[in-house]
Amino acid sequence: MSILIDKNTRVMTQGMTGKVGQFHTVNCKAYANGVNCFVAGVNPKKAGELFEDIPVFASVRDAKAETGATVSVIYVPPSGAAAAIDEAVDADLDLVICITEGIPVHDMLRTRYRMQGKRTLLIGPNCPGLITPDEIKIGIMPGHIHRKGRIGVVSRSGTLTYEAVGQLTALGLGQSSCVGIGGDPINGLKHLDVMKLFNDDPDTDAVIMVGEIGGSDEEECARWIKGNMNKPVVGFIAGVTAPPGKRMGHAGAIISGGQGGAEDKLAVMEECGIHITRNPAEMGRTMQKILKG
Amino acid sequence: MKIHEYQGKEILRQFGVPTPRGVACFSVDDAVAAARELGGTAWVVKAQIHAGGRGKGGGVKVAKSPDEVRSAAQQILGMHLVTHQTGKEGQVVRRLLVEEGAQIVKEFYLGMVIDRSRQRVVLLASSEGGMEIEQVAANTPEKIHKVWIDPAAGLRDGEADAIASDIGIPAPAFAQARACFQGLYRAFVEKDAMLAEINPLVLLADGHVLALDAKFNFDSNALYRHPEIVAYRDLDEEDPAEIEASKFDLSYISLDGDIGCLVNGAGLAMATMDIIKLYGGNPANFLDVGGGASKEKVTEAFKLMLHNPNLKAILVNIFGGIMKCDVIAEGVVAAAREVHLAVPLVVRLEGTNVELGKKILANSGLPIISGNDMADAAEKVVAAARRA
Repeated sequence: MSILIDKNTRVMTQGMTGKVGQFHTVNCKAYANGVNCFVAGVNPKKAGELFEDIPVFASVRDAKAETGATVSVIYVPPSGAAAAIDEAVDADLDLVICITEGIPVHDMLRTRYRMQGKRTLLIGPNCPGLITPDEIKIGIMPGHIHRKGRIGVVSRSGTLTYEAVGQLTALGLGQSSCVGIGGDPINGLKHLDVMKLFNDDPDTDAVIMVGEIGGSDEEECARWIKGNMNKPVVGFIAGVTAPPGKRMGHAGAIISGGQGGAEDKLAVMEECGIHITRNPAEMGRTMQKILKG
Repeated sequence: MKIHEYQGKEILRQFGVPTPRGVACFSVDDAVAAARELGGTAWVVKAQIHAGGRGKGGGVKVAKSPDEVRSAAQQILGMHLVTHQTGKEGQVVRRLLVEEGAQIVKEFYLGMVIDRSRQRVVLLASSEGGMEIEQVAANTPEKIHKVWIDPAAGLRDGEADAIASDIGIPAPAFAQARACFQGLYRAFVEKDAMLAEINPLVLLADGHVLALDAKFNFDSNALYRHPEIVAYRDLDEEDPAEIEASKFDLSYISLDGDIGCLVNGAGLAMATMDIIKLYGGNPANFLDVGGGASKEKVTEAFKLMLHNPNLKAILVNIFGGIMKCDVIAEGVVAAAREVHLAVPLVVRLEGTNVELGKKILANSGLPIISGNDMADAAEKVVAAARRA
């Protein structure tokens, strides 16, 4: 098993026919069961066309009705990306993964408000996507660094997630699922939501949680872990050296009003029983030590 | 993106928030002329820089005559204004705001930010006007009142009046306070702000409510739909290296240390700074070259780092996903040749086409130090910086 997606998931791609969408659709289709998973694209101007043998539909609703796809991945440019999420939510999909970086925050506030009371889950925006190794990859991560196994990974960053995965794989520790929740201040699933899924997944034995400065998601997740998690968690927070008031690349990575600093997050995580490491090169080995007991 | 106080007040007025009458000035003569034009018997001369804490640093002066306006303007214009937000060197004052004086009875704090956990815009208000909100939050958190605003309804009259009452605005001034709160909210949403502060909002002797200060920070991802905000940009207030970086779509932030880092991805870039520190070094910058760095982009990134006179060594840390290691290796070699690199360079490559990338570096004939993993690379670059 895995969380959120597996080899039976059927995916439509919003923004498939753009340059970015084309590139990643080819890669996702080539990974594991991708050829069976990626069944539709959405572009109102190109309905009826094919890209890589994948049919393009005019709307999310049409794509869902025609192919049965219940998950969408979005590569639509920033100015239209929030509306693309809205369309997927209105079509009552199970899960939407928004890769797009640079969506205005107020657009995301409106979209998240519209999502209240709806059942659709959102991952991202500004995220690498998620992968269940050897089954399905939805997003922009390099598939070949992953290996099937029993460690869950959840992270706000892209390449730092690859770093964690690369360390695990090098040590022979495979992954159940790896989820990039994204670097934006207003997003969908948070560390806590993904952690709950890993806790309930019988095929996940332990979790690596990679956070960064800004907001308080990691602290909220840590407090939940303390009372509820029945699997070990390894944690790392990027940005111990980041100066306050500066946005460190990610829109959400900013220490503001004395809040969101890495040291505070690490302190709360440690206090809640998370096995923290301050060394980003030691995420994999920290996990290995814990599993060996 | 930050703007000046006088620009923020222009925005506030567009949304019905009253401010003192004032004129932005670029010279001492302008300031004196502005005071005469405004009339009255008292003026405030305020330094316009993007940092807060201007009053304490001597950047705000009250004048009782045009001559006093002249001497205040002479003192402030061109000064290196040092505040808790500018760093030791301070910020050179190039613009002034000359405003009519105000008979202040009471000061309040009004702020607006985006609450990430609740995913709402939150209005913050306090009776402790003029104080840093962080300080109030630390010492007397009970004095901060909050309303999480429903995006569909906006800030309701009842919510605005309740907040006004909470912070001690007298009932006769509720309608005016409401106009300020609701105007600020509309400005916040319509202009895509990330942060707005009116500190202080003041009650005058004649019963009027005014915004005596205005601070805005806008969402850079939304500037494409706000040319009027982009027009407010003041490059003098920004780090030249960061401006240069933004031209090449590089995300760059200057730091105090001496080890430059060039990394793909924001999280990995922060982690690279952290590991340099962990191994006893000091990072000179944050630099994320993004997902699709070309040879040109890498070269520009090297040039940016080399502008720093303190630079003693460079660490390139790439986890190739979409970005292939051989492409980045070619970029690094070309860049090192073009800039005639004189400081030690440590490169750590991992991910897609890593072997090909390492071969390109090894065959380049350049004295590139190879790092096997992040820890090894950090150790080597710290050692190299020490020797330099």
